[in-house]
Amino acid sequence: MAAELLEGNAAIAEAAIRAGCEAFYGYPITPQTEVLEHFSKRMPELGRVFLQAESEVASINMVYGAASAGARVMSSSSSPGISLMQEGLSYIACSEVPAVLVNIMRGGPGLGNVQPSQADYFQATKMAGHGDYHMIVLAPSTVQEAIDHVVLAFDLAEKYRTIAMVVADGAIGQMMEPAELPPMRPVRRFEDRPEWALTGAKGRDPNVITSLYLGAENLEAVNIRLQEKLARIKAEEVRWKEYDTDDADLLLVAFGTVGRVCQTVVREARAKGLKVGLLRPITLWPYPEARLHELAGRVKGVFTVEMNAGQMLEDVRLAVEGQCPVGFYGRMGGVIPLPDEILPKLEEFARELGVEGAGDGAAHAEDADA
Amino acid sequence: MQQEIIISGFGGQGTLFAGQLLAHAVMAKGLHVTWIPSYGPEMRGGKARCTVVASDEEIGAPLVRRPSAAIVLNLPSFEAFAEQVKPGGVLVVNSSLVPRRCERTDIRALHIPATDMAEEIGNPRLANVITLGALARATGLVDIEDLEKALDDHLPERHRKLLDLNFRALRLGGEQAG
Repeated sequence: MAAELLEGNAAIAEAAIRAGCEAFYGYPITPQTEVLEHFSKRMPELGRVFLQAESEVASINMVYGAASAGARVMSSSSSPGISLMQEGLSYIACSEVPAVLVNIMRGGPGLGNVQPSQADYFQATKMAGHGDYHMIVLAPSTVQEAIDHVVLAFDLAEKYRTIAMVVADGAIGQMMEPAELPPMRPVRRFEDRPEWALTGAKGRDPNVITSLYLGAENLEAVNIRLQEKLARIKAEEVRWKEYDTDDADLLLVAFGTVGRVCQTVVREARAKGLKVGLLRPITLWPYPEARLHELAGRVKGVFTVEMNAGQMLEDVRLAVEGQCPVGFYGRMGGVIPLPDEILPKLEEFARELGVEGAGDGAAHAEDADA
Repeated sequence: MQQEIIISGFGGQGTLFAGQLLAHAVMAKGLHVTWIPSYGPEMRGGKARCTVVASDEEIGAPLVRRPSAAIVLNLPSFEAFAEQVKPGGVLVVNSSLVPRRCERTDIRALHIPATDMAEEIGNPRLANVITLGALARATGLVDIEDLEKALDDHLPERHRKLLDLNFRALRLGGEQAG
């Protein structure tokens, strides 16, 4: 299959369809409405289910129901809509059914705006809902990665009977890039649905899917099983990408849209003689903490850049464990930091640490207008 | 090699389409490319712009503050981007709607009455394509023929009857850039 010029949101929907998604339930919200738009056109053509629910609360519970029946299903939304889904996500996590969710993040808090943001990092990685659990969280930087991560999300969700979330932002949702779609997988036949699924109990004992476990010991046993599963995911599913880390004096850490912006920062910094590398986490949970710890032991400083007030920064500090100083630069409210403002901040950080090639600080960034 | 192009105007002037056309032509040349629109609560007559980045290596930032070239189809876009084009770059001004001249000597500024020219050949909505032809010729990023092929491959079915007129608009624009 050859590369085509694809828009992020439409590519996400088509990738899910090709991964065998049988049903999509959702509710429109900018900047991810094109995901629904694409599903609404394609699913009826293919004889599959597209349903625009009356709210995000309804859509996530429809996902819960269809997933319990063993169907490959997903929903997508943007920040405020994901907040509405949190109760349902917690129920899905406790019930251990596989589900895929896409969050095309926008500026918050509140109704905020529709501009690209990474301010839902905490929500995605730490507090997807009440109770002790995590979702697998994948963070694409390109349209191609958005496609690949959606397919991976379906596979991981089923492998671990968990929620896999793809978090991108409005920039990745709205942009177009050459990318290749995967081949079409057939939709799973009814008789091939997992043995735990609610498929009618004909000729077998009924399966039970619930998130209600009365009795402390009962619920603790469920929690222990969940924690064992999360430990397995942490051991097996950590993913990241590295750029120019081999000889780096300084390490940038950034994900998603600003992760790719930092690729440009690495190039520009190196052109000026500053040896910078980049660690770009692909899985935000589980976090690539072991690799970051290792790299932090080799560099003079770690510099985190985010489109929020410093959320991943906490995970960076935990992984660095004080081996070297940790700096931060972030923009909020939907502003994308650009290389000409990140680089001076990085150089300032480098000068404080006495890193070679840090420049004299004469250049100043203009104010951003993204 | 990397070039960044901002195409800016008001909604309805075809800035986003012109950028997509350019992105298709760049992609067909085997280069890396990104196309990203400004988006938000927009309306017809409101601002509309996109950024196209073309590079022979993997593209990092898909947005730039200072592009290597820009097409400005209306006055607010001229005011926003005429000073932002990097030295040595190209600025294409739709002089039909921009009553000002760019006096910079460190860039190549082309003042083209694109809306009037488009009207003359029968469709005022082709100002975007005329200016794109001029930008292609002035930057050398793609040839007029590359854009013709992109049009042929990607012009929406409902506009296919305008294909020849689009070709003409591209060539007219190209001629303006000498």
